[in-house]
Amino acid sequence: MPKVTVDGVELEVPAGATVLQACELAGKEIPRFCYHERLSIAGNCRMCLVEVKPGPPKPQASCALPAGEGQEIRTDSEMVKKAREGVMEFLLINHPLDCPICDQGGECDLQDQSVAYGRGGSRYHEHKRAVTEKNMGPLIKTTMTRCIHCTRCVRFSEEIAGVDEIGAFYRGETMQISTYLEQAAKHEMSANVIDLCPVGALTSRPYAFEARPWELKKTLGIDVSDAIGANIRIDSRGREVLRVLPRVNDDVNEEWISDKARYMVDGLVKRRLDKPYLRRDGKLVAATWNEAFEAIATLKPGKSIAAVAGDMLDCETMFAAKKLVGALGSDLLEGRQTGMDYDTSSLAAVNFNSTLSGIETADAILIVGSNVRVEAPLVNVRLRKAVKRGAKVFLIGPKWETTFGGEFLGDDLSVLGNLPAHVSEALKGATRPAIIVGGAGLGRGGLEASLALASEFKLVRDLEDGTKWNGFNVLHMAASRMGGLMLGYAQKGGIADLVAAKPKVLLSLGADEVDYTRFADSMIVYIGHHGDKGAHAADVILPASAYTEKAGTYVNTEGRVQWADKAVFAPGDAREDWTILRALADAFGVSVGFDSFEELRAAMISEVPALGIEGLADYGSDLPAGGGSAAGQIAYPVKDFYMTNPIARASATMQQCSAELLHGEEIAEAAE
Amino acid sequence: MALADKDRIFTNVYGYQSWHLKDAQARGAWDNTKDILAKGREAIIEEMKASGLRGRGGAGFPTGLKWSFMPKEPPKDHNGNPKPSFLVINADESEPGSCKDREIIRHDPHILLEGALVAGFAMGARAAYIYIRGEYIREAETLFAARDEAYAAGLLGKNACSSGYDFDVFVHRGAGAYICGEETAMIESLEGKKGQPRLKPPFPAGAGLYGCPTTVNNVESIAVAPTIMRRGAAWFSSFGRENNKGVKLFQISGHVNKPCVVEEEMGIPFSELIEKHCGGIRGGKDNLLAVIPGGSSVPLVPAEQIWDAPMDFDGLRALGSGLGTAAVIVMDKSTDIVRAIARLSHFYKHESCGQCTPCREGTGWMWRVMERLRTGDAAVEEIDMLFQVTKQVEGHTICALGDAAAWPIQGLIRHFRPELERRIAEAGNVAEAAE
Repeated sequence: MPKVTVDGVELEVPAGATVLQACELAGKEIPRFCYHERLSIAGNCRMCLVEVKPGPPKPQASCALPAGEGQEIRTDSEMVKKAREGVMEFLLINHPLDCPICDQGGECDLQDQSVAYGRGGSRYHEHKRAVTEKNMGPLIKTTMTRCIHCTRCVRFSEEIAGVDEIGAFYRGETMQISTYLEQAAKHEMSANVIDLCPVGALTSRPYAFEARPWELKKTLGIDVSDAIGANIRIDSRGREVLRVLPRVNDDVNEEWISDKARYMVDGLVKRRLDKPYLRRDGKLVAATWNEAFEAIATLKPGKSIAAVAGDMLDCETMFAAKKLVGALGSDLLEGRQTGMDYDTSSLAAVNFNSTLSGIETADAILIVGSNVRVEAPLVNVRLRKAVKRGAKVFLIGPKWETTFGGEFLGDDLSVLGNLPAHVSEALKGATRPAIIVGGAGLGRGGLEASLALASEFKLVRDLEDGTKWNGFNVLHMAASRMGGLMLGYAQKGGIADLVAAKPKVLLSLGADEVDYTRFADSMIVYIGHHGDKGAHAADVILPASAYTEKAGTYVNTEGRVQWADKAVFAPGDAREDWTILRALADAFGVSVGFDSFEELRAAMISEVPALGIEGLADYGSDLPAGGGSAAGQIAYPVKDFYMTNPIARASATMQQCSAELLHGEEIAEAAE
Repeated sequence: MALADKDRIFTNVYGYQSWHLKDAQARGAWDNTKDILAKGREAIIEEMKASGLRGRGGAGFPTGLKWSFMPKEPPKDHNGNPKPSFLVINADESEPGSCKDREIIRHDPHILLEGALVAGFAMGARAAYIYIRGEYIREAETLFAARDEAYAAGLLGKNACSSGYDFDVFVHRGAGAYICGEETAMIESLEGKKGQPRLKPPFPAGAGLYGCPTTVNNVESIAVAPTIMRRGAAWFSSFGRENNKGVKLFQISGHVNKPCVVEEEMGIPFSELIEKHCGGIRGGKDNLLAVIPGGSSVPLVPAEQIWDAPMDFDGLRALGSGLGTAAVIVMDKSTDIVRAIARLSHFYKHESCGQCTPCREGTGWMWRVMERLRTGDAAVEEIDMLFQVTKQVEGHTICALGDAAAWPIQGLIRHFRPELERRIAEAGNVAEAAE
């Protein structure tokens, strides 16, 4: 713990801290462009210069200098002021004065810092540099004349994403940032460079010229595009969501989100169900709410009713539906739309127990049936960190392009019962061994066989530092999965039990992945927000809200309970899901026991107390023994990263990404 | 009192004899190298420290001290295996005016190779990498061939010189970037990356090439080591002044009658160097305008100050310049001094790696203003502005290229401001400037 003096104030800083961190601890703001907490130190912008004694009689880059015992740091001296002004002037001489037409305006580090630390005027009378724009694909818009060469984007793609997509060409003042041969950035996390870019060189293409940051209402939300529950900020203006940005949460998404989470929001205004529909003579025709409710109620299903939960649902909706179905005397609830029937008697056995941040510390990891990169890009980032720390990774399943190496052991589940010796040894010898079972590894005995390995390799153990390690992980793909399982949305036989029960009414809560031909005899009531597969099969459509249009509780794949706020109102006649279910209860003439959202939430929490506490739910650490043998070819369920849910499928941006980045279609000219 | 032939280290610097191993050995190279190594690491480093040798690459850091920074016990990697250490020899001689390493490599490569072994042994290095400038094609060919000769004779490789020490020498050709002569940029380049200087700390002696302890030395610093070991530190330190010991290759170019590379005692007066070895200034002493005494990156010194100055680190520093690589660029009164410095500015603008802001943006700015000053298309205030800009670059960058770009201009403004103002006045911009 070295002691340093910052502007005359003595303080102790943690060992290994840099001078910049020491200054921040002392409450001093240090301007910077290239330095970023989550990237390696480049030290190239020179904006963070401070005066340090002892040392050479010139300003030092504080981001790269370790804080040492007895250092005298000055951030307010004449030398520092001059240095900042000088660097600022250099950064600005070749930076265009196009702030009025720059999308970064209002949230631009260069703008802010030039006001705070720059000199008033310019002394530069030569020609300014101009740089041609670079194609970086459908998501990232480039205006490279604005680039200040901080190389944050280069370091992000190299270090975090693990793909060498972005680099610097040429040198000196002709240095340019570009993708290799101007190919589109294809990584699932590529758009994070937009947030990292301190100037307007890399901006969001779909959001270009849409709004100024100060016009936007900022709402705290949770992403539902995968089961990670990334913390997002939903920026909206009026009734439209304009963009989604990541929030910082070190336990979940650090400060990244996937491109899908960021860009599927333009799908929120397309293909929306904005009024109720009834199927008459085989065709869906618009109806009023009363007509729709009547049509359902006249069927008098009694207890012959079932509910299927979709992938993006909040817990409140599922709870309201559970109450409604229960009031009618049924308990037919299921959320695993595609027919999975793994045992859910122990939630610890289907949870990401090591936690997302914990998996970084694992030293041997076996991945069973998961293409992590597309199923959970944020976990892929963590895995890459683990490998950088020395973890060994083995994968069972068809080969995919990992960003962290790893060894593929075969693409059949039977490998689980027959692990190669070096894999067993690696798992046995590890201090923090982990298994990750993905969606494709859960069925056909995969979960049970993995659980058997978990007990064989003692994945649950007490570590030397006194903490508990549980390395058994299930990586889900649906944002609603863990919440649904906590609320009982699981039948022993999976959705097949619902089919067998032949319910008169099937409540489809935004369930778009179900094979509805199996419910040909049921009246399908679709309560959802997009005209996707579920709506096509429906007999009654009740328009509901998407995740940005309702407050809700979400539980991510590690069992983390998180709350989201409502950003905008649902379009047209669409209502929040719980109000629809409450009204249905009236139509059926039953009572569900709540009249307001607060009452609903209170009822839910009294039934499942864990949903009332933000943070990790405790499922215990006792894993079932598992056993049995698994066999069968693994086939990953996600065929198209950009098209996994109804919102994304409706999104023009996601469609373009799918076409250009995955299916190799000709790149549409931006100018057209 | 000039250096006697018997005291020369580089006895074939003019290439009058063959560079091959046999002839080099006849001149004394590779003579009982085993005995030098037998003295042990500590003794070699102590001898080098006692010799007072300061690095010949320009910065003048004491060579023995630099070697002593190498860890005695190799650090361990994360698997607990010891990391190797490396010696990197900087033969990327790209400084305008410098041409000494070239003469060593093409005419006397074996003393460099022997030096590599001695130095590498002294710092416990596993191997030496000689990073040779890309444009030195014939020189690289010679060096490759000389290395093969040394390997064939058992002087390098396993059990080098029968000393029981295994030592390899690799020759790596650069691609012609000036910045790769900066030690950490050279390490990056050797690793196959873009040649951009690294942040220090960590210093190469802690984490250099491939993260292993590394020392980067100039060719001349390495090449003189075997002779110092053979003839003793006392002999070497008998030349020159206190703190500026030894002999040195001077490279005199420009407006002298006979430009040459010559080995001389440190601290030789400029006048003696010119009159004795170069046949005097073109057009006589009075025709001398200014001298850049240490390669393009040091400030120029006007004629009246340089004439009696001792040519060594401290002597030239007292004049506000530096010895650098002792590449003496002589300019007589026919020189367009502003154009000359503007050309140097262009060189630094062209060679800036672009990594850090002041150098990337500042070198271009400085060059453009210099170009306008050359024709007088500027305002008088811009001279002061330019000086401020050079001060904004100097000392604010990751490596010394920013300083190197700033100093020539500072030297020009310091000594030739009247000339700059005259051009502005003649171009008729005085009135315009007042507006």
